Amino acid sequence: MSPASLQQLIDFSYIAAVIGFILALKWLSSPVSAMRGVLIGEIASAVAVAATLFDPQVTHYKWILIALIIGAGIGVPLGMVKMTAVPQRTALSHAFGAMSASLIGIAEYYVGTPHLTKFEMAEIGLEVIIGSLTFTGSVIAAGKLQEILPQRPITYRGQNIVSLSVLATALALMVVLIFHPEYTHLFTAMVVVALIFGIMLVTPIGGADMPTVISLLNSYAGFSAALLGFVLDSKVLVVAGALDGASGFILSVIMCKAMNRSFTNVLFGAFGQVKVSAAKSTEERVVRSATAEEAAAILSAANKVIIVPGYGMAVAQAQHKVRELYDSLTKRGVDVKFAIHPVAGRMPGHMNVLLAEADIPYDKMVEMDEINGEFPQTDVALVIGANDVTNPAARNDPSSPIYGMPILDVDKARTVMVIKRSMATGFAGIDNPLYYLDRTLMLFGDAKGFVGNIVRELSGGAA
Amino acid sequence: MPADFISSLFVFILAAFLGFELIQRVSPLLHTPLMSLTNALDAIVVVAAIIIAGRHKTHVSTVLGLIAVVASFSNMVGGFLITDRMLHMFKSTKAKKQ
Repeated sequence: MSPASLQQLIDFSYIAAVIGFILALKWLSSPVSAMRGVLIGEIASAVAVAATLFDPQVTHYKWILIALIIGAGIGVPLGMVKMTAVPQRTALSHAFGAMSASLIGIAEYYVGTPHLTKFEMAEIGLEVIIGSLTFTGSVIAAGKLQEILPQRPITYRGQNIVSLSVLATALALMVVLIFHPEYTHLFTAMVVVALIFGIMLVTPIGGADMPTVISLLNSYAGFSAALLGFVLDSKVLVVAGALDGASGFILSVIMCKAMNRSFTNVLFGAFGQVKVSAAKSTEERVVRSATAEEAAAILSAANKVIIVPGYGMAVAQAQHKVRELYDSLTKRGVDVKFAIHPVAGRMPGHMNVLLAEADIPYDKMVEMDEINGEFPQTDVALVIGANDVTNPAARNDPSSPIYGMPILDVDKARTVMVIKRSMATGFAGIDNPLYYLDRTLMLFGDAKGFVGNIVRELSGGAA
Repeated sequence: MPADFISSLFVFILAAFLGFELIQRVSPLLHTPLMSLTNALDAIVVVAAIIIAGRHKTHVSTVLGLIAVVASFSNMVGGFLITDRMLHMFKSTKAKKQ
């Protein structure tokens, strides 16, 4: 085959791959067709990789094959992690994606310099800065999610000014390089400064803001790949990067809306640290607590139960016990649904995956907007490890720091039961008036243990 | 401005708008698999890494390219694998009864 027609064949395979990518996302719109979407995505990627191996520019195969084998060797265990580890795995994959985009940009710089045009240098500079900061930012996010690093925000006075001047330094170095691409040491400095900025960007962000941050990093990783497509004039990278970037961007917007916060507030606000003074007026208020036996009695007498899972359920790994509770209530003819707040957990859709893993049918998991109207007709709302997303202060207390945040209206249910370790405040550091309502019963204990006890009481009652 | 930049910009704008439209239709139920799937698709940068490593221009670029092949290919394999596993877990009430 002539080199020209070979090149055409490769180009056509990339076009086929792009079609596959678009169909993959299209079919992901529903759980019914989603499996097909993954399959077409896999075929598309395999076609593109196979075609690339025939590219006439590729002359050294041995090391590439070794690298592919090592990559697969790392990828398989990363694809087999437990569902509870999915948030940190996702952060890590953003890190890998951003790192490869960044490394390829760096390689392009060293191959091209000093003959790069101003335009090429600007493209490479921007691409490498975004890729590098996304890399370190994602590593820090993964560290926080894996709890190697503290989940609480780490802040100091004047932090935002310091962080922004670090970013400004990286951009200034890029501008100098545009006019003098031959200053290779400045290029190295620019990469290092961008890496440092990534660390500074994510360190001050707390655990409950992770759904937004992980989405933003997703978006950055996508856009850095798209920028790499500009650098290399590779349309398949531009398309894949634009799709990934758009996806991360939409998810970040959804997460921000669900917390009633802006991007700048998430990135520079360091939520949950300074709020201590805001809610100290709590005089000794009475809460009613109940035992597993009492809770089981109320639940078995109910017609309709809505379970509200939160990060606490994930931490306690209580999802399988929750499934047992679901089964035993459903068997008694109780209508059980799950109310999912968009920012429950540590990443978008986190609760859905955990519940699906525990074999709970997805048509029982209902989004906030759809289920909120059902709480007034609900006998029992059972809150498991969720706090701020159920706080009625967000709806009716303008002085509350979370005022305006959309919440699940659990306080409208006839009875509210809250499984909680203690009366400690949630991530936002705000007291939750829900706990002092007459209709609220506090179930103090570990989520997994307590749900297990309720299940035992329920089955004991049946026997 | 180079012509290839303009054509890339066209492609980028179209793909980004298409992405916005498609992703808004994805049910929030599947937002975690969405993220892992787009991650796997984004790992297509492996094709650029293969070319950078395979054309062997300088030692530095080859080594950087090879590291990029490892990182992006692990994302591709791992991303598809975990998306597949997650989607297998999503069952509806009807499917369970069958």
